[in-house]
Amino acid sequence: MLADAQTKFKNLVWPHEENPRERLLLDPIPQEEMNQIMLKPMLSASPAYWLVVAILAAIVAVCIFGVWAYQIRWGMGIDGTRRPVGWGIFISTFVFWIGISHSGTFVSAILRVFNAEFRRPITRAAELMVTISLACGGLFPVVHLGRMWVVYFMVPMPNQRQLWPNLQSALVWDLLAITTYLISSTIYVYLPMIPDLAMARDHTTGWRHALYKITSLGWRGAEYEFHYLHKALNIMALAIIPIMFSVHTIVAWDFAMTQQIGWSTSILGPYFVIGAIFSGVSAVITLLLVVRRTMHLEYFLRPEHFDALAKLVLIFAISWVYFFFNDFFVEWYGGEAAGHALLSFQMHGGLAPYWWAMLVLNIVIPLGTLWSKKVRSSPIALFLITIGINIGMYLERVIIVPGFLQRNRMPFNWGEYTPRLPELSIAFGTLAFFILLYMLASKIIPLIPVWEVLEGQLSHSRRRIGQTVVTSVADLE
Amino acid sequence: MSETVVNDHQWKMVIDLDTCTGCQACVVACHAENNVPTVGAEEVRRGRSRHWIRIERYWDGEYPDIKARFMPVLCQQCGHAPCEPVCPTFATYHSDTQDLNVQVYNRCIGTRYCANNCPYSARVFNWFEPYFPDPMQEQLNPDVTVRGRGVMEKCTFCIQRIHYGEETARKEGRSMRDGDMVPACAQSCPTHAITFGDFLDPASPIHALMESPRAIRLLNELGTDPAVTYLKGGDSNVG
Repeated sequence: MLADAQTKFKNLVWPHEENPRERLLLDPIPQEEMNQIMLKPMLSASPAYWLVVAILAAIVAVCIFGVWAYQIRWGMGIDGTRRPVGWGIFISTFVFWIGISHSGTFVSAILRVFNAEFRRPITRAAELMVTISLACGGLFPVVHLGRMWVVYFMVPMPNQRQLWPNLQSALVWDLLAITTYLISSTIYVYLPMIPDLAMARDHTTGWRHALYKITSLGWRGAEYEFHYLHKALNIMALAIIPIMFSVHTIVAWDFAMTQQIGWSTSILGPYFVIGAIFSGVSAVITLLLVVRRTMHLEYFLRPEHFDALAKLVLIFAISWVYFFFNDFFVEWYGGEAAGHALLSFQMHGGLAPYWWAMLVLNIVIPLGTLWSKKVRSSPIALFLITIGINIGMYLERVIIVPGFLQRNRMPFNWGEYTPRLPELSIAFGTLAFFILLYMLASKIIPLIPVWEVLEGQLSHSRRRIGQTVVTSVADLE
Repeated sequence: MSETVVNDHQWKMVIDLDTCTGCQACVVACHAENNVPTVGAEEVRRGRSRHWIRIERYWDGEYPDIKARFMPVLCQQCGHAPCEPVCPTFATYHSDTQDLNVQVYNRCIGTRYCANNCPYSARVFNWFEPYFPDPMQEQLNPDVTVRGRGVMEKCTFCIQRIHYGEETARKEGRSMRDGDMVPACAQSCPTHAITFGDFLDPASPIHALMESPRAIRLLNELGTDPAVTYLKGGDSNVG
């Protein structure tokens, strides 16, 4: 029976026909079958899985922690940073991961607040990205410190000299914002997971049973429990949205609160937030495509989910262009000599290859393709386009951080920055770290909120009115 | 912070670009006085020269009608320093008594935020552990810390000499006078292009120099209120 359901949805045609029953998963199957679709890939692991995990773990051990230890031993000089480029690939990659972390909050919290029904099966996978990419991004502010062994000087805590961190510094805001976001997003991913953990508890034995028994907090599925869960989720979803906006604004303020040309602009905050959501939602698509294929979740992740997400990407591509030109043209018409030096450095100087590649990957390709339903329903096309967007967004961060620092108001102090192997290795290592953590988490955490899907199915019904059949929605809260 | 702090000094520097010959004596003197290590050709090529004061050389015109212009640039000890508010740990802050922008090496965690935000790129970072080839380590100045790797540093206006001058004056039962100390760069300048003095001392020669019609301040439009004034004539061969 389970095998039947799996083959049926694997062979679902892309582009799918406009079958209203397939939309919003309005073709319910027994609850037990849904549970099994989710649990089966969690409880079994192929040798190939362990091989990939072992390779990734080796990459993480060598490329991040090995190189980092070497850097701590010898000093930051092994990287390419120099005067006047104090921040390089480390900070670019930091901004990149913090940007990816906006995926989950946006897809989950905002779509939840607006009751977008298509969100139901995709929220968990997206929320999990938040926590994991914050863990990856959070490494970098420490890695890039000259003396990382005294990083606690930044933390407000009582000390003998009665010195507190400088609350005027954007870096302290950054530390506070990111820890707040990490804590709140962890709570936010945990809360809706409780019913699914209880489901897993009821279907497992051994250490898993013990683990799920503790983490499901004695969930029984009673009506009052769901009542409180919905209430808590509503509060958290509404509270985490301003946190999400503030986090990336503050990351942008690390740059905007300076006198550096190109950085010191009030557009940088919203520009970074939109860029973060743009790259985050793209990353959700990439990740869901991989999860769908490797974990056989075709029943839950339907073509229309990707279609809806791809439309969001299209909207954010347009918004990103809007902010990009706001930033670019104001600098152009401002006419300051140093600003013009920076612009020409981007358009036909050392940054030109990255700058033009960014424009193609972030503007030309998404805006040229995603309007088409055919593209939006092709998994391969979506995979390539969203990967391209994230490469483009990474280039954007490289251009803004070490790129802009290469030009300043005194031409004698201009300098060219070339990243060197150690920093590239640590940046690449965090990609492996992200995939590794996600693969391990996918074996413990149910990636699809089965109870939410079920709730959506129960609250929808198909009614015949006259000659037509319409979908009606019961009031949820 | 105490409420009875009086500004004892306001240290100012005047550099006459019309007499500077670009000889780099100040650079060498600064290295010797402040235990600034040399880093070698390879690191300099990477853009990591360690000078606290450097001679910026600009070419003006086209060959053969060409002029070399020299400008010694050091930390400008700004009154409104962009480096100060961005430091998360107060490793760089403003000294009220000296009116100087001071750097506390022990507090520095090496974010390099201050260096990014210095419009003069006056700050230098210890990319590696400092290395003094034999017998250079025999001439280290005992009054100045040797900074370890991962720490930001910059020109201090030879604050160790300022403190020495203050202590000597206190021993003699008087307050410090202008001219009791000169920083290493000013002391070594063969053309006396660098003048150093206390703005609160009405007898100091820097008053007349700072009011000269030739006086300019570097990137003054940023509002950093630099303590260093440059003198630049219309038709000189420098600056």
